[in-house]
Amino acid sequence: MNRIDNLFKHKSNNILSIYFTAGHPTLTSTVDILSELESSGVDMVEIGMPFSDPLADGPVIQDASSKALGNGMSIKVLLEQLQDVRSKVTIPLLLMGYINPVLQYGVEAFCKKCSEVGIDGVILPDLPMNIYQESFQKYFEQYNLRFIFLITPQTSDDRIRMIDSLSSGFIYMVSSASTTGAKAEIESSQVSYFERVKGLGLKNPLVIGFGISNRETFNRACSYANGAIIGSAFVKMLTETGDWKDGIGKFVRGVK
Amino acid sequence: MNFSPNENGFYGEFGGAYIPEMLFANVEELQHKYLDIINSERFEKEFRRLLKYYVGRPSPLYYAERLSKHYKTNIYLKREDLNHTGSHKINNTIGQILLAKELGKKRIIAETGAGQHGVATATVCALMGLDCVVHMGETDVKRQMPNVLRMKMLGAKVIPAMSGNRTLKDAGNEALRDWINNPTDTHYLIGSVVGPHPYPDLVAKFQAVISEEIRWQLKEHTGSELPDYVVACIGGGSNALGAFYHFIDDKNVKLVAVEAAGLGVDSGETAASIARGTDGVIQGARTKLMQTADGQIIEPYSISAGLDYPGIGPAHAYLHNIGRSIVMDATDSEALKAAFELTKLEGIIPALESAHALAALPKMKFSASDVVVVNISGRGDKDMDTYIKAMGM
Ligand SMILES: Cc1ncc(COP(=O)(O)O)c(C=O)c1O
Repeated sequence: MNRIDNLFKHKSNNILSIYFTAGHPTLTSTVDILSELESSGVDMVEIGMPFSDPLADGPVIQDASSKALGNGMSIKVLLEQLQDVRSKVTIPLLLMGYINPVLQYGVEAFCKKCSEVGIDGVILPDLPMNIYQESFQKYFEQYNLRFIFLITPQTSDDRIRMIDSLSSGFIYMVSSASTTGAKAEIESSQVSYFERVKGLGLKNPLVIGFGISNRETFNRACSYANGAIIGSAFVKMLTETGDWKDGIGKFVRGVK
Repeated sequence: MNFSPNENGFYGEFGGAYIPEMLFANVEELQHKYLDIINSERFEKEFRRLLKYYVGRPSPLYYAERLSKHYKTNIYLKREDLNHTGSHKINNTIGQILLAKELGKKRIIAETGAGQHGVATATVCALMGLDCVVHMGETDVKRQMPNVLRMKMLGAKVIPAMSGNRTLKDAGNEALRDWINNPTDTHYLIGSVVGPHPYPDLVAKFQAVISEEIRWQLKEHTGSELPDYVVACIGGGSNALGAFYHFIDDKNVKLVAVEAAGLGVDSGETAASIARGTDGVIQGARTKLMQTADGQIIEPYSISAGLDYPGIGPAHAYLHNIGRSIVMDATDSEALKAAFELTKLEGIIPALESAHALAALPKMKFSASDVVVVNISGRGDKDMDTYIKAMGM
């Protein structure tokens, strides 16, 4: 069974997912960070594939991406690093990034390699739904990878239902109209959007991301969804803490 | 003449709308409404009125006698440099500001390289009383200072983009991020035939007035609407597509697009996105772009801020692929030489971008009876610092 499906089958709330950019802080830190996240009790991880022009990202992840590229990270290097990851890490792993590097790697080759190393799902925010259906879906299904779609406060109910019917794994609910970046609190306009989506009774689990940064925002988000994703706040910790191995446990304990 | 992408915004395999969900609602609204709005009689009338009385169109098609003699052929200059604000960019900003008003948007954002599009956007925002924010790479803020000051006087807020090489692509990324963060009240007024569908088509249709005029003006000069060549520079490709548009079906008219080679197409310091590009996705469109084997976008280089872009509008990738356009390139120094040549022979100081189009002339073979139209996309006032340095003054 796909590990994402398995996770949501056995756990329906307070799912903590962490995003970090592969190749940052160092080229070889990726697998160590994954192990540390698993032993700290994180439920799921999104591994960022760095891109030169990350237009949905705020300054923290932009900076981590350009450092990672400077360190020599690429999809090829990342998938090599992950070759034996399943001997060390059992939680669901997703790759998240932008479409262009995946196109250059080759869509089918990418899906094949992801499934070989034990990746469970992929998030490519700038791959539109119609093009996914036309030329990507068949490979994702063939290699048992979940393709995760985003919804935002501007996504209409009709479109959310369409995304729900096309999705498997979970739906990534972007918390506000914004690029990635930590926010200190959740505002009332966000709450009405969370309630609206919750009220749609979707078949897929919902995970809220963007702007989730600490225990308060995580708990708030989890009261409307099955879980939440922390990205920029975690990446910032990695950037700023000299001893990030120690920092990961502390960070996760601060949230859960 | 109707050169349009399919309903998903594709010219052949190029184009489309590769955008994150955060931009979907905005882009979809534009996709659904733009044709109805711009084809309405009311819109058309107001667009034409402003082009005539505010921009000063039609721009002259001038027979450049001394330049023609020099190249032993017949050269006509399409004088977009004489438009209000000094370039072709205003044709598009007039169209898009009217569209933004129809859509009820209150805040306008734009990216700019040379600052010509920024100035043209700030100008129409002043005209319509709308808020204006222009994103401009920090490198370009420094090399195009007169335009920064013009934008400020016109009431725009200029935000320096600090990512990447701090040039046109980075300004575009910042504008897209701004739009993601301000999705409801803001229109992103893109300055070239780039970005997600419908922008390439939208901008092409507003710039198509250039070739519409060339046809009847040429007929007045020569008795025929059709030249042998139309030559234009390409950054994103809006002045070139505007100049080509109404000739695309006339297969005997050679359409010549001139890219910025920077220090040379093979130097690693170039902005020749077709010569050095491969297929991929940049800023929402599938097209040709300069990238590494890993799919990371390569930072471009050109002396000309308006051409310093690693991609190309999808329509140009398509026209090149089907063999309809001829793609050439000009280096920094060839462009500088061409700018001084035009100035000396005709008393016209062109923009550095337009100088790249002129720089293709010595590389081409003309017969004495050929009719060659060169699009002078803008004037050189903004480039005086660079020209003064080149003169060693
Ligand atoms: C005078 C002039 N010409 C050409 C360009 C290049 O843009 P495009 O290729 O869209 O015409 C610019 C861009 O700033 C410009 O200012």
